[in-house]
Amino acid sequence: MTIQEAKFQYLLRLGDSSLIIGHRLSEWCGSGPILEEDIALINIALDFVGNATAILGYAATVEGNGRTEDDLAFLRGEREFRNLLITEQPNGDYAATITRQFLYDVYTYYLYEALKSSKDETIAALAEKSHKEITYHLRHTTEWMYRLGDGTAESHERMQNAMNDLWMFTGEMFDMDEVDAILIKEGIAPDLNTIKEKWEAHVKPVIAEATLQVPSYNFKQKGSREGKHSEHLGFLLAEMQSVHRSFPGAKW
Amino acid sequence: MEDEKKIAAFEAKIAAGNKIEPKDWMPEAYRKQLIRMMSQHAHSEIVGMLPEGNWITRAPNLRRKAILLAKVQDEAGHGLYLYSATETLGIDRTELLEQLHTGKAKYSSIFNYPTLTWADIGAIGWLVDGAAIMNQTALARGSYGPYSRAMVRICKEESFHNRQGYEIMMHLAQGTPEQKAMAQDALNRWWWPSIMMLGPSDDQSPNSEQLMRWKVKMESNDAIRQRFIDRTVPQADFIGLSIPDKDLKFNEATGHYEHGPINWEEFFEVIKGNGPCNAKRLKARTDADKKGRWVRDAAVAYAEKKKLKAA
Repeated sequence: MTIQEAKFQYLLRLGDSSLIIGHRLSEWCGSGPILEEDIALINIALDFVGNATAILGYAATVEGNGRTEDDLAFLRGEREFRNLLITEQPNGDYAATITRQFLYDVYTYYLYEALKSSKDETIAALAEKSHKEITYHLRHTTEWMYRLGDGTAESHERMQNAMNDLWMFTGEMFDMDEVDAILIKEGIAPDLNTIKEKWEAHVKPVIAEATLQVPSYNFKQKGSREGKHSEHLGFLLAEMQSVHRSFPGAKW
Repeated sequence: MEDEKKIAAFEAKIAAGNKIEPKDWMPEAYRKQLIRMMSQHAHSEIVGMLPEGNWITRAPNLRRKAILLAKVQDEAGHGLYLYSATETLGIDRTELLEQLHTGKAKYSSIFNYPTLTWADIGAIGWLVDGAAIMNQTALARGSYGPYSRAMVRICKEESFHNRQGYEIMMHLAQGTPEQKAMAQDALNRWWWPSIMMLGPSDDQSPNSEQLMRWKVKMESNDAIRQRFIDRTVPQADFIGLSIPDKDLKFNEATGHYEHGPINWEEFFEVIKGNGPCNAKRLKARTDADKKGRWVRDAAVAYAEKKKLKAA
């Protein structure tokens, strides 16, 4: 695998995760628990779509085959997407959405922090911009972790259920393969073991303060690195790509 | 009489072009009318998120998706801003939302129509926001300070939405034959509801002389509708779409377009609750309210726990 190929794969991982979790958040539009949260969720979804556009745009440039960010977003199938499994999990109730977002935000907080010093200048610049946004996202989800975890008996139970359901998707965030090995060597991407340490050190105290338990099981789902997704992604893409694919070659 | 003196002073203030502020004395009829208008406007913003939100997940490219997200976020922000402005009249948001959920308060009739294709997102920005701007630029000159300032700010964003909607239509109209047909179909479906949303014609809705004098209502429905039509018809011509009104013609003498008869029966049916999406829109709002209750309860419970700990 060449550095260029590794970089392309790596950018798909970053860009696809943003695109898919942004899509999930946008599904909340108009049905949030309170107007302020509707605004927050749309705003955060917009950050992710912006981030995905920039990263997939760069991925297309790196690939050099004349594809665009829209080609990558709208004309790839399920098996070609490289987003983390956690990002495609359905919204569920607000507890599931907040828990999913919190676990992912802490991950991207440390990942993008590290990417700010990537030797690839474009990645470093994109990370610089995104990290500012992620800092706000994380503040938002952390506050809701406390509110819902330590709110009422009902909210507590919903949060613990969400944590139990989603914890199994956190393991593959730190999986590394040849792509990572090549980019770590080049100083382009960080070693995910270091991100994992920071993630655990951050996530666990918040879970405890939210009066929740870290699930006791060790089982972890994996597969997104090879494009092996949950059944949810196919439906998401069918919806997202429907208009684009119905009018081949059209300009919008 | 004390009240007569107060009313005289209140009217003199408005006549002099000054704004009425929340702490100023105001007649009860003025307060009630403003609560009705402002909350109806706020409700329209948040119900309006639904037909547009319907297409966020299917926007045809990433740029359009981002623009639509930003637009819907603006609408939600307008809703929040307007609820807050309405609260200055001594009513809280919970009560206003209850009025929406029980059907006591109305929202714009236009959002009871469905968004069937992507072109509808263009048509809403171009026509619906375009019509709303005509109304809101007039209201920006109104006498109640918080509402008039809200209108100034909201109109700026709506103008942006209006241009974005027109740009969507322009791209479609210049696109493939299928895209052009989609744009024309959207115009056909949204034209009449858009000109109806500006309200019943003046002979059916006589303007209260008092509301005009109090600068609550600034212009008649028909006058606003005429401005909207005069502005929009040339825009349709420019991108090669036709307005679905066979009686539409330009009157050289008056300098205005004359339109065919409006189907007011349809308008009043939609207002009564019998539009294509009335039940669906209201259910979406009440479902969101019910589904979100435990979240709001938890937030309150947590805040109380924190307060206790701090004490």
